[in-house]
Amino acid sequence: MSADAPLFTYCLRLADSALVLGHRLSEWTAYAPTLEEDIAIANLALDLIGQARLFYDYAGKIEGQGRDEDALAYLRDDRDYMNLLLVEQPNGDFAVTMMRQFLYAAFAVPYLAALTRSKDETLAAIAAKAEKEMAYHLRHAGEWVIRLGDGTEESHARAQAALDDLAIYIDEFFEVDAVEQSLIDAGIAPDPASVRSAFEATLAHVLGEATLARPAVRTGQSGGRKGLHTEHLGHLLAEMQVLHRAHPGANW
Amino acid sequence: MYAQALDQKDKGPAVIEDPERLARFEARCAADEKIEPKDWMPEAYRRTLIRQVSQHAHSEVIGMQPEGNWVTRAPSLKRKAVLLSKIQDEAGHGLYLYSACETLGVSREEVVEALLAGKAKYSSIFNYPTLNWADMGAIGWLVDGAAIMNQIPLCRCSYGPYARAMIRICKEESFHQRQGYEIMLTLARGTPAQKAMAQDALNRWWWPCLMMFGPPDAVSEHSSESMRWKIKRFSNDDLRQKFIDATVPQGLFLGLTFPDPELKFNEATEHWETGPIDWSEFKRVLAGEGPCNRQRMRVRRQTEADGAWVREAARVHAKKRAARQALQAAE
Ligand SMILES: [Fe+2]
Ligand SMILES: [Fe+2]
Repeated sequence: MSADAPLFTYCLRLADSALVLGHRLSEWTAYAPTLEEDIAIANLALDLIGQARLFYDYAGKIEGQGRDEDALAYLRDDRDYMNLLLVEQPNGDFAVTMMRQFLYAAFAVPYLAALTRSKDETLAAIAAKAEKEMAYHLRHAGEWVIRLGDGTEESHARAQAALDDLAIYIDEFFEVDAVEQSLIDAGIAPDPASVRSAFEATLAHVLGEATLARPAVRTGQSGGRKGLHTEHLGHLLAEMQVLHRAHPGANW
Repeated sequence: MYAQALDQKDKGPAVIEDPERLARFEARCAADEKIEPKDWMPEAYRRTLIRQVSQHAHSEVIGMQPEGNWVTRAPSLKRKAVLLSKIQDEAGHGLYLYSACETLGVSREEVVEALLAGKAKYSSIFNYPTLNWADMGAIGWLVDGAAIMNQIPLCRCSYGPYARAMIRICKEESFHQRQGYEIMLTLARGTPAQKAMAQDALNRWWWPCLMMFGPPDAVSEHSSESMRWKIKRFSNDDLRQKFIDATVPQGLFLGLTFPDPELKFNEATEHWETGPIDWSEFKRVLAGEGPCNRQRMRVRRQTEADGAWVREAARVHAKKRAARQALQAAE
């Protein structure tokens, strides 16, 4: 393992989560509950795809093998993708999509804020841009979680069901493996444990206003960092990569 | 096309207008003055505009479907982002036009209801399928291109809110047109398979795009009023010819061929001349028998139905919140 290998892996993880979530959101194009929401969801998707591109670009430079953002996004299989399991979960109904977005943003905002203090200047700069974007995601998705939770009986039930289904993916946010630990020790990556209280405070506040109950989770699901995914990612990548892979070496 | 509504007769009940007011109104139109929402206007003017602006809005919204079809398969991250933001622009155009419609006294709900009920039309071009990636290029280049040809004159439409909406929208449409052409250019200069995609897209979109300008002048039903009232400013055939003259050289520059063996440049008139347009196809698609008419409407209705509980939740929550605030204020 070269000295830069952990940093490369770490960049890919950040990129993969952003891309997969951005891709999921892009699946809503033309199907949102209102035109305003079509525009808003496209904004969220564009932010995340933009973040992914910055992280991939940096990863490619660290690796130094000439792989660009598209080589990294389109030519790796699901076993090589290292995104969080949460972000690959299917869109479901609007409650699932907004709950997924809320949970991710509730973690991403304090995490990226901590990453802005990284000793790696490039990561710090990307994080500074991404943090601002994710703060908007948190506001937007958080407001929807509150509206749906404290809306009608139906919307409440749907929002609660979404939370019940997705809560098992929260613990994975806070897992640290050897790769990440080495970067934490070097002052490059933040320790996710350090943002847990901020995350919990956001959840408590929003779920409280939404009158939603946080389910007890005995065993959280994880594996994304090791490329062990849910059944959904393979389908997502098959669709996303099909055209690019059908024309090896083509320019688009 | 997007201005399809102007080729229909106003079918509303005849209204006898006050001759004096009508004369003043006509004079203002003739003097190229802008008519604003609070101004007096003849009923037929209002109805024609509502029909036109709402159909334009519906076209923007339905038009999101064929392009949305390729977002998840876009072949590079950059293209994915550009396509997403293009479609986002179209949603914005829809919103903007629904607002312009509201200035004429109809709510967004009413005009959307007319679309869902099958009473209002949208541009027939969106009843064709997007079958390969090059269609994203062809739509930007040709469909947005034709839209611009139609809409630039509408920037000087007599109705102020619509004219102003058009100015803003045209700017974005010309950006879309350039992006679309750039996709075509990349494909045309790419691998043989990519070039074949581009050719296939041009083959399928060329004739439907020429039809976007509406029936030939000889049979167009638009009234002389919409010309006089400065709602419609050029004839269908004039706009179509402008589009052909602008587009053919661009296609030839791509190294592609047009699916028209009779296409030729007339040195005397300095115009490109096409073979006959198959107007029976146009009529079929307009009558609901195009490849995607049913699909587009089914998806739109399904999307509206699927979103109903969300919109209802937002309404109920806003009410609850307002009630709580009122209670707090009272304490
Ligand atoms: Fe548009
Ligand atoms: Fe456009």
